[in-house]
Amino acid sequence: MSALTFTLKAQLTQRIDMSPLTPDNLARKTAAEIAAIELQSGNRKLRVDSLFDISGNDTADIVIQNGCGKLDYIGSGMKSGRITVHGGAGSWLGFQMRKGEIVLNGDADAYAAAELAGGTICVNGNVGDFLASALPGNRKGMKGGLVIVTGNAGDRVGDQMRRGIILIEGNAGAYCASRMLAGTIGVMGTVGDYVGFGMRRGTLLLFSTPKLHSTIQDCGSHSLPFLGLMFKSFRGLPSKFAGVDKNRVRRYAGDLANDGKGEILIFA
Amino acid sequence: MIINGVTIDDTFAEAFGMRGTRVIITAQNHKWANIAATAMTGFATSVIACGVEAGIERQLNPAETPDGRPGVSVLMFAMGSAVLMKQLETRMGQCILTCPTTAAFSGIDEGYPEITRINLGKNLRFFGDGFQISKQFGGKRYWRVPVMDGEFMTEETTGMVRAVGGGNFLILAESQPQALAACEAAIEAMKQIPNVIMPFPGGVVRSGSKVGSKYKSLIASTNDAFCPTLKGITKTDLSPEIESVMEIVIDGLSDADIRKATRAGIAAACELGATKGIKRISAGNYGGKLGQFHFKLREIMA
Repeated sequence: MSALTFTLKAQLTQRIDMSPLTPDNLARKTAAEIAAIELQSGNRKLRVDSLFDISGNDTADIVIQNGCGKLDYIGSGMKSGRITVHGGAGSWLGFQMRKGEIVLNGDADAYAAAELAGGTICVNGNVGDFLASALPGNRKGMKGGLVIVTGNAGDRVGDQMRRGIILIEGNAGAYCASRMLAGTIGVMGTVGDYVGFGMRRGTLLLFSTPKLHSTIQDCGSHSLPFLGLMFKSFRGLPSKFAGVDKNRVRRYAGDLANDGKGEILIFA
Repeated sequence: MIINGVTIDDTFAEAFGMRGTRVIITAQNHKWANIAATAMTGFATSVIACGVEAGIERQLNPAETPDGRPGVSVLMFAMGSAVLMKQLETRMGQCILTCPTTAAFSGIDEGYPEITRINLGKNLRFFGDGFQISKQFGGKRYWRVPVMDGEFMTEETTGMVRAVGGGNFLILAESQPQALAACEAAIEAMKQIPNVIMPFPGGVVRSGSKVGSKYKSLIASTNDAFCPTLKGITKTDLSPEIESVMEIVIDGLSDADIRKATRAGIAAACELGATKGIKRISAGNYGGKLGQFHFKLREIMA
């Protein structure tokens, strides 16, 4: 068995909804059936084989070659298996994913890992705004799982995030951890303005001190035992966070305008 | 059967099905982990009045503990799951939560056919009065409770399994110091066996009991058949040269663990031998009708 590979034939002018192409949906389908699946593209439906060259047969291991920013909803709702994307992805990468693994070698657009419930999403590149947040109007963002971003993330990382772990090796934009409900976000680079805006609970781990607004309050320097446990659980992850072993932090709590039980921990 | 001049009685120890759990206590150093564990396992010699039988299983080095600090593993046994859960919670609350720098983790996660998750820090978190923080790593939930020395960290649950309690053997010697020396040697050897504890003070009990009493209000009383000062006036089990008898009681996570510990303990006692005054090894039972587990001494030592 070799990985089921979809190679994009030509540059796209219209966006494509890739949500049917998950390991769960394709399991036990023949090559002909897979080729005949229709993907929504604007107001048209296009057959998979009109867009992609298809090779391989292992539906649990899907590879997308020549990926680009117009491929939306890759791995949406997936419950098992693995999707590897080379070249980039559009919006809603791994939307409401429950289990399994997505590896993207390239950049993703907005709403990557939105409402993620489980599994792992690893982006070897940058992501757009609203990483791991909620569908507009919904009140809970990411609810579980793990997101690793080796590049930078846009604004509103973890907006209304409820549970799970986000590890960003680069920088994050403005309103990082805004309206966060719980969970853990780590950012190795810098963060933009209004970090932790409306943060209710949860942990934001930073490596340098950002500009903090007045409803985030200093709680002093501490050696927190849970950090040792947390970094031990990160060992073996494909991230620079796997090599961190520190537990001395400055603890800021907030956002006091919104309950104030969240924390921003900054390594001394 | 005679080992090094010591007679092994053709009898058996009678043990009962119990519920058992393990908790891993860590602290800044072994000193404080031991202080916490000693407090937690205090007044836990017998289920009759203490609710649980508990003891320190062994010391853990930093590489063996979840948070990479020095630790101690504690075993607790009770006759029923409700008592065990209640005792675990109160002892966690009064002995571990209160002890500086400690943290508590689950000690049983796999390796048994039936593991029930019971509360470890699940209710202790409310001590945090709303400032407690939950964290999930590697599929486990932990609680961070702000306390005056910093933060108390505890796993939410630990595992409870079906266990065995009341394994035992008796050491019969020519004098009290000799009986105690044999017990000390036996306990030292048995401490090396995993999954067992000897819950009595120093692992040794000198007041072995029989079922019933002449007094209506007592369900158990002194085991006069093994009391050396009553040799002449009761239906004694002792030969004239026996002057002192001591018992070692063993609780273990499985009957195989108790078998191993019994063998190690008796072997160590017999090593002192008849020349050091050790004459006989026996065991306590109730005729075999009460307990589900029988540990036949000669079979174990064969």
